[in-house]
Amino acid sequence: MSRPIPPLPRDMRDTILPGHPACHGCPIPMALKTIEAALGKKLILVIPACCTSIVVGPWPGCAINASVVHVAFASAASVASGIVEGLRKRGIEDVHVVAWAGDGGTADIGMASLSGAAERNHNMIYIMYDNEAYMNTGIQRSSSTPSGAWTTTTPLGKREPKKDVARIMIAHGVPYVATASVGYLHDLYNKLKKAARIPGFKFIQVHAPCPTGWRFDPSKTVEVAKLAVETGLWILYEYRDGRITLSPPSRPYIDKSKRKPIIEYLRMQGRFKGVSEEDVRVIEEYVERTWDWIRKYM
Amino acid sequence: MPKLVLTGNYTVALAAKMARVQVVAAYPITPQTSIVEKLAEYVDKGELDAEMIRVESEHSALAATFGAAIAGARAFTATSSHGLLYMHEWVHWTSHARIPVVMAIVTRTIAAPWNIWSDHTDFLGQRDTGWILCFAMDNQELFDLTIQAFKISEDPRVYLPSMIGLDAFILSHTAMPVEVPDQKLVDEWLGSRRQPYAIDGLQPLALGSLAWPEDTEEFFMGIQEAMEVAKKVIREVDESYGRVFGRSYGGLVECYRCSDAKYHVVSMGAWSGDIMEAIDMLRDEGYPVGLMRIRFIRPFPDREVYSILGSSRGVIVFDRAISFGSLGPIYLDIAGNMLKYTQKLPYMRNIVAGIGGVNVTYEDFIKLIKDTIDSLEKGVEPPTYTWYHKR
Repeated sequence: MSRPIPPLPRDMRDTILPGHPACHGCPIPMALKTIEAALGKKLILVIPACCTSIVVGPWPGCAINASVVHVAFASAASVASGIVEGLRKRGIEDVHVVAWAGDGGTADIGMASLSGAAERNHNMIYIMYDNEAYMNTGIQRSSSTPSGAWTTTTPLGKREPKKDVARIMIAHGVPYVATASVGYLHDLYNKLKKAARIPGFKFIQVHAPCPTGWRFDPSKTVEVAKLAVETGLWILYEYRDGRITLSPPSRPYIDKSKRKPIIEYLRMQGRFKGVSEEDVRVIEEYVERTWDWIRKYM
Repeated sequence: MPKLVLTGNYTVALAAKMARVQVVAAYPITPQTSIVEKLAEYVDKGELDAEMIRVESEHSALAATFGAAIAGARAFTATSSHGLLYMHEWVHWTSHARIPVVMAIVTRTIAAPWNIWSDHTDFLGQRDTGWILCFAMDNQELFDLTIQAFKISEDPRVYLPSMIGLDAFILSHTAMPVEVPDQKLVDEWLGSRRQPYAIDGLQPLALGSLAWPEDTEEFFMGIQEAMEVAKKVIREVDESYGRVFGRSYGGLVECYRCSDAKYHVVSMGAWSGDIMEAIDMLRDEGYPVGLMRIRFIRPFPDREVYSILGSSRGVIVFDRAISFGSLGPIYLDIAGNMLKYTQKLPYMRNIVAGIGGVNVTYEDFIKLIKDTIDSLEKGVEPPTYTWYHKR
């Protein structure tokens, strides 16, 4: 198995401009740089309420060298639908419309508008950057928070398992669904390039470890992201034409014996400080069920 | 010009088509549905070159309309009652972004209990949003207002979205003759889409970024200033429309037999037709009464209200909405705006009626107006606030 040649251009400093106010170790600028590197500057980012509302910086400046439309919390997919159709009516075909939303804006309040846009198959890329809680408002649980995790609204740890949004999007029968991670930006880059070539609705869920909310050292963002993949907990794949293909970074971990113990991943993060053995078992079962499901569609 | 017999909803759809809207995003709700159905039919038959986005909710209807509009398309939607409430967040967002769009509101009572008949609480609940708010009395005016709304919203001195109100069923599902102008004439008069900016990816542009309090306040002051200028634009548009299409209504308000009136009635919407009938009959009996009909409630016609009502012997304001715990919204606006010009207000009575779709007829109006005037002539002021309840 050959690893992809690093295709990321050197001018990524031009995509996220200096002076953005993201936290140290924030995964958002990493992913945004990759998006712009892959899609170019003819890009309209539709951003609902989320950390990125702040990360791009206050008016009149903007830290992203592309067009940015801030929208109401529930509306990333619906505004993007309107932009796509408006541009089409004007005969503009070479501009990428990307809805860029957090897990709250996707899995919770934005779920209906996401589902609507997916079902209507508008030509856009919807990216859910998944930091597994409402980080901008101060670490409250979302439906995408994994079980066992501490948040300010689950002080004893979340009881319910993580909502699997990528799987929900697959159920919509859209042309392309992928999972990605800020630990593997080349993989994300390749997926964006592929998505850009496919007409219709594309969904990419990017696992985005948040040092502030997950309680780990800001220098460890990539390490935590990689460990999520190496433990088999976060699985990188692509869905196309009814089939799932494992992405290179996740391929070894279909074999359970190759995976690192999940406890290593949990121990790196303060949010899992209080997990019991039972909690760990529940997480392991969740991971196993997800792998079983993936095997069925491979 | 040919006349067609059209329901209010088909009138709105036809006017939107003749304004050559490019994107329609809408969600069905009684009694708005036949607007959307007709537009979908126009698009599918190839009579209207537009994209129809059949969204999954009203919240998304206005969000997608907004998206299409910022991308540079002439965009339109329509809703009613709960749909309007559901999209309320986007009502604010759209005007704050200073992006022209046009939306028809078939006014309908808000639940609970479920009720599909007309009152104006849904529409008047939008009065603090920064939209141009106009209200039609009949289907002809509805047609004219819909075309004009694009002209007003897309005027560079305004750049604010517009809402057109029409009463549920009384207009929406009632067929009336509507004079329909030639498409070429509409094209020439309306012109092509104008907007302050376009988010089309051709140059980087950020819209809606976090702004500090002083900056935000200045954006909002800009809306208030645009509303002031919009009064002038609305009068201009009414006049120029009249020159081209033969119908002018008098600007922000329409006066009916009020030049020599000593008593005045104020109303908005379809029941103004019944009030006009009542006024004709009262005039025959010698009552010196006229009607000032509100056509635009935002921007508020403060100057007109003062000049018409300032020296009235008595004013009756009919409100088809109630601000629970206070008074009818139009009455509150009139009193507040009159105080900009004078500290001495005439006797003004607020009659709240027709709530929940209760039918109020010309006979009711005759009785209410007559009782008020008779009492005032005797030197007795009737209560300034009455909820007229029929059973």
